[in-house]
Amino acid sequence: MAATFFGEVVKAPCRAGTEDEEEEEEGRRETPEDREVRLQLARKREVRLLRRQTKTSLEVSLLEKYPCSKFIIAIGNNAVAFLSSFVMNSGVWEEVGCAKLWNEWCRTTDTTHLSSTEAFCVFYHLKSNPSVFGSCPRKNMQITILTCRHVTDYKTSESTGSLPSPFLRALKTQNFKDSACCPLLEQPNIVHDLPAAGVLSYCQVWKIPAILYLCYTDVMKLDLITVEAFKPILSTRSLKGLVKNIPQSTEILKKLMTTNEIQSNIYT
Amino acid sequence: MFVPCGESAPDLAGFTLLMPAVSVGNVGQLAMDLIISTLNMSKIGYFYTDCLVPMVGNNPYATTEGNSTELSINAEVYSLPSRKLVALQLRSIFIKIFFLFSQWCAKYKSKPFCEKLLSWVKSSGCARVIVLSSSHSYQRNDLQLRSTPFRYLLTPSMQKSVQNKIKSLNWEEMEKSRCIPEIDDSEFCIRIPGGGITKTLYDESCSKEIQMAVLLKFVSEGDNIPDALGLVEYLNEWLQILKPLSDDPTVSASRWKIPSSWRLLFGSGLPPALF
Repeated sequence: MAATFFGEVVKAPCRAGTEDEEEEEEGRRETPEDREVRLQLARKREVRLLRRQTKTSLEVSLLEKYPCSKFIIAIGNNAVAFLSSFVMNSGVWEEVGCAKLWNEWCRTTDTTHLSSTEAFCVFYHLKSNPSVFGSCPRKNMQITILTCRHVTDYKTSESTGSLPSPFLRALKTQNFKDSACCPLLEQPNIVHDLPAAGVLSYCQVWKIPAILYLCYTDVMKLDLITVEAFKPILSTRSLKGLVKNIPQSTEILKKLMTTNEIQSNIYT
Repeated sequence: MFVPCGESAPDLAGFTLLMPAVSVGNVGQLAMDLIISTLNMSKIGYFYTDCLVPMVGNNPYATTEGNSTELSINAEVYSLPSRKLVALQLRSIFIKIFFLFSQWCAKYKSKPFCEKLLSWVKSSGCARVIVLSSSHSYQRNDLQLRSTPFRYLLTPSMQKSVQNKIKSLNWEEMEKSRCIPEIDDSEFCIRIPGGGITKTLYDESCSKEIQMAVLLKFVSEGDNIPDALGLVEYLNEWLQILKPLSDDPTVSASRWKIPSSWRLLFGSGLPPALF
């Protein structure tokens, strides 16, 4: 409990995250109807892997169907724009599947007929070199993850306002032996956003070589300068040879920016 | 599940497992950081689970540039074989799942986590578990307000082995309080408000006959470093991890090594333009 300046007593949020009221739910007996609703919900919330275009489920894991040695994941609009403009516009990439999921936060209610534009994750592989994959962990595979965070998340003894954002930092698993193209993330900084931290944790535990490139930026929406901050990664072993034509990629990126710009001038 | 760093699982038979409960002020977790850092415990594995929010960062106990680049995740296991101590550190909160019954209600994945944890404790052969935790100080009754802020709890199987030692320390056992505070004729039971999974772990250990002790402190949220130092000293009275405290109170804080990850606990530097 905490008192505000106006004298009212409010329940202060606890850093530990747990609320004791939740524990009492355990004692509540589940009726058969509740159980049925819960199971239905669990089925609805399952992540489904679908074959491209036909949208039928993949019976075997993507890895068995498309084994690969390089797996690149982009999370967030700036990282995805970088990957689309620079990497996927060099060479021919073929969509091999997508992952769809639903939870209570989604705006659509129909899970069986989600169109491909609503897929949350699309997997591509490079036609000329099918061992490069945009999505499955095996021992001799290397994983690269790209994502962004807001610069105010970065802890430093200077003020975050004086930092030269956007800038890159990296985190790599024990088994990743190559060097990063930027400094490693200094203590006491951590990464806790679900996809990136989840994938890197998995790789560290199961001894898979993986590296996370984190771009700290002050613009979280799609932004040219933020996307270009990822460029040093193109010279690393993970992505070398995948990008053929950088000037062309920059042009494609600019086009992507203009199509995504929403005119928000309230005076017109 | 426990995943070792090396090729095979280390032998933990007869070891004492120290672990935190994610609780008010994160005191248990801070105390664990002090223990792992001071004793220079080595990482022996991960407790890989989908119950906790994922997080990664570089070695929180780094002392040199050389050892600063080892990746750490949200639940890791450290050991000090010479003292037969094994430590589990938890660095994030339980994932919340929303279920729609006739109305929204939220459940934490804390119960499944407790079950998985205790099943690992049994299978690993650990002799006993000590949980470091905390409880809301504003929930104390009048008697508790006037006494020491430290409390202990022992499961029946633990009581048999350490009761005499605990008695000699003159410690206060956690008192029972009304199960439903607002109702006058409600039954009395052990309540640990703000203690996270402490109560669940304790109850499950009682029923599974696991030797478990809970050591907690009544705290409020804020700068909880002094509370963590207090809790490790309390634990040290029993386990004697470090040499007994002399009468000089200024010595106590300096003998626990503050980990490098405790830098900037209250945020980055301030913009000079503010002044």
